[in-house]
Order: sequence, then C-alpha cells, then structure tokens
Amino acid sequence: MTLLASGPLIDWEWIGEHLDVIRAATVEHLQLTAIAVGIGFALSMALALLALQWRWSYPLLAGFCSVLYSIPSLALFGILVPITGLGTVPAVIALVGYTLLILLRNIVAGIEGVPAPVREAADGMGFEHWRRLARVDLPLALPAIIAGLRIATVTTIGLVTITAYVGLGGYGDLIREGLRRQSAPQASTLVILGTGLSVVMAVVFDLLFVGVEHLATPWARRPRLAPIEPMEPVPVAAIPAGGSLSDG
Amino acid sequence: MGDAWSDMWTYLGSDAAWTGRNGLPLLLWAQLKLAFAAMAIATVLAIPVAAFLGHVRRGTLLAVSIVNIGRAVPTYGVVALVLPFSLRWGFGLGFWPTLVALVLLAIPPIFTNTYTGVRGVPADAVEAASGMGMRARELLRKVEVPAALPLILTGLRVSAVQVMATATLGAVVGYRCLGTPIVIGMQRQNKGPLLAASILVAALALGTDGLFALVQRLLVPWRRQPAS
Repeated sequence: MTLLASGPLIDWEWIGEHLDVIRAATVEHLQLTAIAVGIGFALSMALALLALQWRWSYPLLAGFCSVLYSIPSLALFGILVPITGLGTVPAVIALVGYTLLILLRNIVAGIEGVPAPVREAADGMGFEHWRRLARVDLPLALPAIIAGLRIATVTTIGLVTITAYVGLGGYGDLIREGLRRQSAPQASTLVILGTGLSVVMAVVFDLLFVGVEHLATPWARRPRLAPIEPMEPVPVAAIPAGGSLSDG
Repeated sequence: MGDAWSDMWTYLGSDAAWTGRNGLPLLLWAQLKLAFAAMAIATVLAIPVAAFLGHVRRGTLLAVSIVNIGRAVPTYGVVALVLPFSLRWGFGLGFWPTLVALVLLAIPPIFTNTYTGVRGVPADAVEAASGMGMRARELLRKVEVPAALPLILTGLRVSAVQVMATATLGAVVGYRCLGTPIVIGMQRQNKGPLLAASILVAALALGTDGLFALVQRLLVPWRRQPAS
C-alpha cells in the first residue's frame, strides 16, 4: 500500500520548508513559457505576413500548423527526442509548434478584419505598404493579436508541465516527483502543488492579458454606464485544416 | 536520427512489438477502450444538461467558466491529481483514475458547444415550432438539437481528439497503453519502441480528427465548413 493513500493530502509544513524548490520551479516554468511564446510569436508574425502577401500560401501554412497542433504532446516529444536528445531543444520546438496555429489565425484574422474604408483612407493619405501595416493595420489588429497571445500563453503554461518528461524543470517536475515517489509522505503534496501552481500561473496570465488589452486599446473602452450584457461563450471550434481567411 | 529509425524497424520486426502485454496491438486496444469509455460517459453526462440549460436559456456564465477552467488546468495535472484520490478511495492505479481524468477533460467542449448551439437557435424557429404545438421535449428533440448539430459535432470532435491524445498520459499513472513505451523509452533511451509508439499516437490523433471531419460532412451536408 502506498502512502499516497494515507497521511495529509497537503503537507503545509513541507511546503514551508521547500519554498526555494518552489521558487526555482516557478522561474523555470516562466522561462520556458516566455521562450516558447516569444519564438512562437515572432515566427507566426513572419508566417502571417507571408500569408497576407501570398494568399494561396495561407491554407498550406494553416494546414501544416493544424497538423502540428493535433499531435499529442507526449508523442511529439517522443518523435523529437531521438533526433535532438533530451533537454531544452525538443521542449522548445514542441511548445513553439503548439503556439503557431493559434497565433497565426489570430494575427491574420485581426489584420483581415481591418475595415476596408480605414485601409483606403490610409492609402489615400499616402501611407505606403509597410508604413500602413505598422501604423494602421497592426494597431487595429491588436485586440485579436492579444487575444491570440492570451490563449497561446495559457495553453503553453499547461503544456510546460509535460516537459518534465524530456528532463526539464518547472511545475511538471514537482508532479513527476510526486508520481515517481508514491511512497514518500509528500507525494500527494507534490502532485497537488505542481498542478495548483500551474493553474494559478495560467489564471494570472489570463487576467494580465485582459489588462494589457485594456491598456493597449483605449479606443475600445466602453463608456462606464453601458448596460450589462450577458457574456456569450465562444464555441470551442475545431480548427479546419484549410481554414478560410475570414474565420477566427 | 538514422539509428533511431533503424532501431524502430528492428523493434517492429521483432516479436516484442506484436505479442504479449507490451505488444503494440494490446497497447493500442487499451488506449482505444479507455478513450471510447471516456467519450461515452462524457457525452451522456454533458449533452442532456447542456441542451436543457440552452433550452431554458440559463447558464451562460457556467458555460464560459467551464471553458476557461478547462483551458487553465493542464491535462497532465488532471491525470496526476486524480491519482491521490483514487488511491485513497481504493480504486488503485491504472484504468479508473485515467478514466475519471479523461471524462473531466472531455466535458468542457461538449458542454459549451451544445449549450451555445441550442441557445443560438433562432427565436423565430423556436416560436414557429411552439406555435405548431410542440412541447419542450419535442422542441428540443426535433428543432433545437438538430439545429445545434454542427456545433455539437464540433464539440465532440475537439473532445475526442483531446481524449485520444491524453489517454497516452495514462501511462504515467500506471495504465498500460501506448504512452507506456513512450515514457519508458524516454527514461531508458530505448528509441525503437519510443519512436514507434509516438508515431502511432500521432497517427491516432490525426485519424480521430479526420474521422470526425468525415462524420460532420455526412451528418451536416448543408454546412461543409465546421462552424468557427
């Protein structure tokens, strides 16, 4: 019989004595998330510009990203590890891969969603291509882009827990230790702590992005006395392999 | 990489890959069994409740919260978290904790899409149907659920792909499935079984997605693009 089945579910004393372990795991988790989302964002931005320049390439790019997105993380690690060995490289490649579809779709949909009259006005004012992109299209696409970053970041925080299996730290390491040492008295503490902290981090970043969006798009702020509207859930849509430019 | 491929072919050529309780056929069967059970339970639990709430037009906050929570909780965390409770209540390692985790993971997309779909049925259609004398039950069965079908199928598709993928993680809580050669292969650098099982799992997830795309095409021929 394992001790997971007895003793306290959470050993607060152990937590108090191991704050340094928890701090280290938090830093590792944050680092890996930041690296993955950062590289993913740069890459998706490049892909989005490519897709907007040559329209025919979008279904191909989106199709490739959605295949990547559908591969289970453990399997993707399993395919990468024989090539790269264990460590940061397979983890970052896989995590970046999962952000691409979300970010690409949102960036393209955001830029596509800029109203035609706005674009024409910018053209009429003599903005040439890149300048219009930087000064008009991208700022107007900002809410959609930030929404994409928000989903990508929250998803990545969850996926980083699995990178413990390619030998990296982070909260996944706490969970993995808990599962591996089932007879240790702190086993359930480790599992609950790892999962709980990962959820807390995801929620914190979710709220952080809501705040960033609020600050970055002052023109979208509602007047204070607006009527309270019911929140409509966004359906969890399957991402079609050859999604059209307008959906998002 | 070259030696990983040749390791895989050597492994696939050996008896170990095809027979016994660590052979790929039995591991694949275990994975499918678990995924089917989880999807069946989640569907039976989520669709009636969500359809009813959509019909009475209550529970939007619940639907929104379920999606947000579902996104924030890591799937690996759910699988791991169920374990201490499973051991405490005597369900042990393996099948049961993994099943519970997968059901929890499968519910959010099915629930939210059913709710959103039923709630979004145009008021005219609902009024016309009740004007024809349909009662709540009939209205749900003949009008609201069929009209919400594209979204419900999309929800089932998202859940099924996720469940098939996450069933792999059952290996970390002692369920012998296709994740077992992956987890052990990574620890011991046993590349043959690792690569073979990984490719099989990837194909399984993509295949599930494709299968549901086909089902959507057949059942909802009037709408060739999945709703998004």
